[in-house]
Amino acid sequence: MKILVCISKTPDTTSKIAFTDNNTKFATDGVQFIINPYDEWYALVRALELKEADPSTVLHLVNVGGAESEPIIRKALALGGDESIRVNTDTADSFNIASQIAAVAKDGGYDLIFTGKETIDYNGSSIGGMVSEILDMPYISHAIKFDIDGTTATVVREIDGGEETDRASLPLVVSCQKGMAEQRIPNMKGIMGARTKPLKVVEPISVESYTSIASFDLPPAKSGVKLVSADNPEELVRLLHEEAKAF
Amino acid sequence: MVLVFIDQQDGHIKKSSFEAASYAAEVAKLLGTTAEGILLGNVGNDLTTLGNYGITKVHTVSDAALNNFDAQVFAKIIAQAAENADVVVFSNNTTGKAIAPRLSVRLKAGLVSGAAALPDLSNGFTVKKTVFSGKAFANITVTTAKKIIALNPNSFSVIITGGIAEVLPFAATIDAAKVQVVSTDLVKGDVPLGEADIVVSGGRGLKGPENWGMITDLAHLLGAATACSRPVADIHWRPHHEHVGQTGLAIAPNLYIAVGISGAIQHLAGVNRSKVIVVINKDPEAPFFKAADYGIVGDAFEVMPKIIEAVRKIKAS
Repeated sequence: MKILVCISKTPDTTSKIAFTDNNTKFATDGVQFIINPYDEWYALVRALELKEADPSTVLHLVNVGGAESEPIIRKALALGGDESIRVNTDTADSFNIASQIAAVAKDGGYDLIFTGKETIDYNGSSIGGMVSEILDMPYISHAIKFDIDGTTATVVREIDGGEETDRASLPLVVSCQKGMAEQRIPNMKGIMGARTKPLKVVEPISVESYTSIASFDLPPAKSGVKLVSADNPEELVRLLHEEAKAF
Repeated sequence: MVLVFIDQQDGHIKKSSFEAASYAAEVAKLLGTTAEGILLGNVGNDLTTLGNYGITKVHTVSDAALNNFDAQVFAKIIAQAAENADVVVFSNNTTGKAIAPRLSVRLKAGLVSGAAALPDLSNGFTVKKTVFSGKAFANITVTTAKKIIALNPNSFSVIITGGIAEVLPFAATIDAAKVQVVSTDLVKGDVPLGEADIVVSGGRGLKGPENWGMITDLAHLLGAATACSRPVADIHWRPHHEHVGQTGLAIAPNLYIAVGISGAIQHLAGVNRSKVIVVINKDPEAPFFKAADYGIVGDAFEVMPKIIEAVRKIKAS
């Protein structure tokens, strides 16, 4: 089996969110970048578990990004995986990114493509679905559990207000979230091994973008908390009912 | 024409679909056109009442095969119905997130997922969406002829326009599904967290799962969903699907009541789009108070029973 895991570079979850250049660019000063948690903790680790269960599995990573993505690609390779492919382009348009990944996937003949359910910066939830449509493959989104028996996958996915169990044959695209696997920390052997793993760079295919970011805004600041005495919680309930009309 | 996907589950139209319908009707008004709906599968609702939300026609494909959800099959049918659409609207719920990206590729239509406002047509077609897990907004310009917008649940209030929608069967080509749904397990009787108007949430300050009665009692009285912080889900006091925050579910209820949650930045990212935030915490330095509208600095074990009693009195009156 050949698995492709899509990994994206995102700001650390504790990053201060600010913008520069007349609110058109994310301010990266002092920001630490990480592997998008959904890609790392769930997509990549579950793929590693599948490879551990069947060592003949070939596991590749793909990233669409500039050279500044290399540290997070090395970290991903330290967790595991045989080689990585970086598509050397810096675009924020989902369709463009998905087209680059689909081009890599088509060349590689993968049976299984994993993505995170979304990135924690743009929150698009789009890449998996777009890649699957470009490749004419079935797609299961929001997977919380993934098992494989031969070429048949059984996937539990989150749906609104519950869960659904699906079955599909490979090839298949799956977007992953909490529940798929548990976060791992790279060990010294992995870190050393990652230094010599192939980190291929390919140039992007020519494809149009469907969207562009005009600007960013920050939400208006809260006007401040109205504190109610702990001796009089009934007053809080009155305020919520009569002033905020919240219930 | 603006086409809105009317999403259903278990034979009922989802609440988020009514929001999407109203949103689609407002987009149609901006563009000087009409809003129509597409519904796949069978529902118990009287579809003519979608006219109440400004929908003029509802196209239905009631093939039994569509009780099985396969995003690939659904996207292909919606693409057929969207042949003459300028804009297609989804709710950005789990179904919308599965279908809309596929449809975007099929229709060569730029997608804005997580929309938080109506499009701005003053300079092209620009839609405000949430980014950085609700910590900021991006204004996305769509440059394709057709556009797709996936609207965040609970971010657009329904507008009752009155009117009766015409219900028309739509003859679509339906592919054989490649994804078979084996079983569905819905949390019965509870309000789905993503759609809830009110959410009552607990953190480590509650000291253990045996104390969750105060959360569920208040939630039950308010018709609210229950949620929790990440540490609580990680130590298995509560199920993972209740975890709200940056790596859990991002929600935007009208009222969010946080009990014994300090308000780490990752938690705030998942709840800061809530309209009214109430924080109950015994630590006056808890960062959550900075993001709150109302708060009590006090012991949840003393405060919560009194709050529950006061709500009970109001509900009974």
